[in-house]
Amino acid sequence: MATTTSPVSPSAPLRWRSSLEPILLPFGALLASLVIFGLFCAVAGANPFAVYGSIYRAAFGSWFSWQNTLQRAAPLMLASLCTILPARMGLVIIGNEGALVMGGVAAVAMGLWAGSLPPAVVVFLMALAGIVAGGLWIMAVGALRHYRGVNETISSLLMNYIAIALMNHLVGGPLRDPSFLSKPSSFAIDEANMLGRLFGTRIHFGLVYGIVACLIAYILIQRTTLGFSVRTVGGNPKVARMVGIAVGKLTLLITFLAGSCAGLAGMVEVAAVHGRANESLSVGYGYSGILVAFIARQNPAAAVVMAILLGGILASGSILQRSHNLPDATVLVFQGIVFLLILYSESLYGRFDFFRDREAGE
Amino acid sequence: MTTEALGWWGVPLAVVAGTLRGSAPFLFVSLGECLTEKSGKINLGLEGSLLMGAMSAYAISFLTQNTAGTIVAPWLGVLVAGFAGLVLGGIHAFLAQQPRVNDVAVGIAMIIFGSGMAFYLGKPFIQPVAPQLPAFELGNWSSNPAIRAALKLSPLLLLGILLAFAMHWFFRATRWGLFVRAVGDNPDAARAMAISVPKVRALCIMAGSFFAALGGAYLSLYYPGSWTERISSGQGLMAVALVIFAKWNPLQCLLAAFLFGGAQAIGPALQSVGVQSNYYLWNAAPYVLTLGIMILTSSPRRTLAGMPGALGTGK
Repeated sequence: MATTTSPVSPSAPLRWRSSLEPILLPFGALLASLVIFGLFCAVAGANPFAVYGSIYRAAFGSWFSWQNTLQRAAPLMLASLCTILPARMGLVIIGNEGALVMGGVAAVAMGLWAGSLPPAVVVFLMALAGIVAGGLWIMAVGALRHYRGVNETISSLLMNYIAIALMNHLVGGPLRDPSFLSKPSSFAIDEANMLGRLFGTRIHFGLVYGIVACLIAYILIQRTTLGFSVRTVGGNPKVARMVGIAVGKLTLLITFLAGSCAGLAGMVEVAAVHGRANESLSVGYGYSGILVAFIARQNPAAAVVMAILLGGILASGSILQRSHNLPDATVLVFQGIVFLLILYSESLYGRFDFFRDREAGE
Repeated sequence: MTTEALGWWGVPLAVVAGTLRGSAPFLFVSLGECLTEKSGKINLGLEGSLLMGAMSAYAISFLTQNTAGTIVAPWLGVLVAGFAGLVLGGIHAFLAQQPRVNDVAVGIAMIIFGSGMAFYLGKPFIQPVAPQLPAFELGNWSSNPAIRAALKLSPLLLLGILLAFAMHWFFRATRWGLFVRAVGDNPDAARAMAISVPKVRALCIMAGSFFAALGGAYLSLYYPGSWTERISSGQGLMAVALVIFAKWNPLQCLLAAFLFGGAQAIGPALQSVGVQSNYYLWNAAPYVLTLGIMILTSSPRRTLAGMPGALGTGK
């Protein structure tokens, strides 16, 4: 507000207070959710400080736990982009889980079909298959939105269930490995065609995919003309149309890119962790990706950090069960509390005088 | 076994039976969502209410069976489930009405929170067996067990059907129904009539979540009749699409619920006569149906017939 009335350049040193607002408010919300979750643990009969201690140790306390955390952060980064990119143009897409599953199944199918080629080629083709499958999956949502006016939130949600049913159909039928008995699964891709590990650690190359994808997305949104058009549509679709932005094409492109990121997450999961497609592909990384997108306030660079944070929390799930006798759903409760408070913090913008810059030249 | 004796005639019969058994949750969540959306807000979190309802109904029925008796205990469970839904609805109502907070996003958060709480609190109740709700046996005239099974009706389903008619009457003929419609169609006009928009919306959202939780109680206490973490399979989420299909009309919610209950029953019905192929694909039938209906009824140019004016506008 102050800058519109003040003739002084906006780079005046007094602007620091308003730039703190988007950092301190989410941080405050996280802190508040830690307090509430602490109370929750206390009611459940566990010592909150001990619980937080265990979460910290299991997530970031040692090199071993860091590796666990980063492994889980990789698919979260990619899956969060599936919500972040369309959100910048005003679309709320939550089909991350479905796109991830489709990407994973396509990657396995490609890995089985092209299995005899050189490993580098196979990995490339698998990534491509995941990208295309996930991309087309969410692009269908974008197309329905643009050409038929179908609500993208609900259609993408329904498509999660359709994707899981399709996967069950494929791994229970055409792709089924009869020798794998514990649950219906596809044949396994060749060990040689799996994603490599980073420098002798257990962290796989998926992390690199995730960070690179987030950085590309950040540059795309913040620094390119395309990103500018996307943000214009998000800000005011009518204006965007008036200045001649082809909203339809943009919708298709962005939803394709969004889906391809989640699809790549699916490829990473099968090519680095499971080696085959089955129901373990759908363990909720897609849904947690939505949470990452919202905590990061739809900023791809912030999503890297938030995915690592949430990856740590997910990695600590089994510790809570083992050493504090809390059910595994405790982590879900924690995620829910964080999500609700982050959303609530959105309504607090502009309510605190502390963040208001004084008039320059005072 | 007798289904096999009936041969292929067993399929439509099993679909009818499945429809009568499986429609009630769809009915309750769609009526809940209908009321919520009539007031101008969307609640995707009904999935959380449904799960919380299923869990709390089962838990209460199990815990009170010795003190309240096996007849009363399940109904006590239904009541408590409703109140659990009410609480979740209250949280949604508070958050979704804050400035700059998107009701869809709150709904997603409420799914995570609601299902998290349900799984957390429901962990000890996955194994034990709780007393179930009774059923009206309308098929006693027949000696065929398949027909008798098909004609078992739950009182909760009848309650849902009554609720649909009651809600229809409420919107059409009562003063409060008019308030709700005014708030949902044109909040500014409602304010001019001195109606408190936030209060009306909060009440509608909470009542809607109450109904959805009753649908959950039906799942755990009648059909399929046990508490597991996979009990809901997204019925709460489909509510939003069901309401679009029903054109925000409670009576058409009834129709929509039967259609979806039927779609859900096709897969198991085919399996019962030995058709195993494409079983998983048939499981996707309700979702494909929902999507198909949304594609057919939506249009990029006009808003949908019957849609409350303030829905999705953030007003």
